Amino acid sequence: MLEIRWHSRAGQGAVTGAKGLADVISTTGKHVQAFAFYGSAKRGAPMTAYNRVDDSVIMNHEKYMEPDFVFVIDPALALTTDVTVDGKDTTKYIITTHMSTEELIKAQPKLEGKEVYTLDCIAIANETIGRPIPNTPMLGAFMKISEMYDIEFFKESMQRVLAKLPQKIVDANMVAIQRAYDEVK
Amino acid sequence: MAFDKMELKDIEVWDGNHAAAQAMRQAQIDVVAAYPITPSTPIVEGYAKFKADNYVEGEFVMVESEHAAMSGCVGAAAAGGRVATATSSQGLALMAEVLYQASGMRLPIVLNLVNRALAAPLNVNGDHSDMYMVRDSGWIQFDAFSPQEAYDLNLIAFRVSEDHDVRIPAIINQDGFITSHTAQGVHTLSDDVAYNFVGEYKPMNDMLDFENPVTHGVQTEEDWHFEHKARQHNDMMTIVPGKIEEVFADFEKLTGRKYNKVECYDMNDADVAVVCMGTSVETAREVATEMRAKGIKAGVVGIRVFRPFPFFEIAEAIKDIKAVAVLDRCAPGGAAGTLFNEISGSLYNTDLKIALSGYIYGLGGRDLTKAHLVDLFNELQANADAGKVLTQQQQFIGVRGPKLAYL
Repeated sequence: MLEIRWHSRAGQGAVTGAKGLADVISTTGKHVQAFAFYGSAKRGAPMTAYNRVDDSVIMNHEKYMEPDFVFVIDPALALTTDVTVDGKDTTKYIITTHMSTEELIKAQPKLEGKEVYTLDCIAIANETIGRPIPNTPMLGAFMKISEMYDIEFFKESMQRVLAKLPQKIVDANMVAIQRAYDEVK
Repeated sequence: MAFDKMELKDIEVWDGNHAAAQAMRQAQIDVVAAYPITPSTPIVEGYAKFKADNYVEGEFVMVESEHAAMSGCVGAAAAGGRVATATSSQGLALMAEVLYQASGMRLPIVLNLVNRALAAPLNVNGDHSDMYMVRDSGWIQFDAFSPQEAYDLNLIAFRVSEDHDVRIPAIINQDGFITSHTAQGVHTLSDDVAYNFVGEYKPMNDMLDFENPVTHGVQTEEDWHFEHKARQHNDMMTIVPGKIEEVFADFEKLTGRKYNKVECYDMNDADVAVVCMGTSVETAREVATEMRAKGIKAGVVGIRVFRPFPFFEIAEAIKDIKAVAVLDRCAPGGAAGTLFNEISGSLYNTDLKIALSGYIYGLGGRDLTKAHLVDLFNELQANADAGKVLTQQQQFIGVRGPKLAYL
């Protein structure tokens, strides 16, 4: 079982990102689950979304999770909330920030000793898609760190998932995914 | 008017709401009258989008309240059309008056009920308070444990409800958020195959059949009211169970997916078992398997059909079990718990001596964790070893503060 927790603000696309990832993984024969805690469901409020991936049907519906990966797609949440809660020794953190990994860990000591990767999904989204929607860049970074799928296969799959959007937006998302894949470290 | 068919992948990643909306689309409903409420909103929103995109031929009626939504459904069903809607929680509470009209008038209506807590305090998350609130309303109630089952049971519900020997409206329950907003793989049927399974709607006593005028919604008072209600109950007890089995069997032939009024998991040689509803059934199954690796023979019983309540099937399922826990996801309001009471009733006139205990859990969406269930199975094993319930009969799982126990 692979488990992922997303930290986001409502409106930044964590649920869409989690469902998009589940959609792609499902086409490769794996079983998936994507869900979220909506809390007060107000735009801008901190929220968490989740993915589970397994080789057999996923029967576990508990919200509690000790994630293998933590995605933080809003830059403030790594500082204002504890994104390491229920983490394991092996949990990998991919965090959106304008800081370097070293600067971030200095600013948030809870990340010390953890496997932390950083990139600026907000800047990438602004410069490619034209809006601060950091969900698809995070998935590009995840492909790099997890080596789950070849990036070209992943981009092709995401084109299908995003097919209902205007072609210009789909193309911009592909650039964003590739840039995140290249820039995460 | 011509409408478009939709191409679906064999497995789509859908949440429970979308699965229900897709099944409604495939059933080619004549009238959906609906008013949105969290967490069921995406069902009617999704259905309205299908309508706007020309995937639906029938009418979509936007109304001013849930009371009006069910009233619209009653009118359309009496007029002679296939009818469905969706709601949750407070919406169902406002609808409740008309639910009794629908069942009393013997109108086949399908209602997707996305289970949510009842205020106060206000809460949009899942528990079974709304399901229990209308338990005696005379509707058939199915319970889905996953998005796949929300899809399948919608198709099944139309068949059962609209059968001319049945003519009783049906609710399909699914857990708010934990099913309704959780995307999982759903095996789909093509539009043609799904529609052929549901079948063409065959009206009966429809008001628009002017050659054969009928009266709906009559006043009967003391002279006939009791006979009508008795006949309604008689049909629930004697006709509906067989019809459900028949439609379940047909659905298995079509899809290979087998449904039962009571879903047993690892019950054949179990010593201890949990009885519950909704997504908790699946989580409990996973934990039961893990308990077996630790030497505890654990099983799980899921209630698939909550009304008509499967008394005999439940008694049969747990007859050889030493200790059973019944889980109620609803504030008991000064009683032992609805499901606990039903199961006690199904056992009372038998010779069975099962250590039966009740647990209140998960109110307002409170997580039922695997760790909770491990503790529960261990507690049941202690009851099984002692041959009696060692705790008080009613306990609470996952509530903060001092441990609560009653009875």
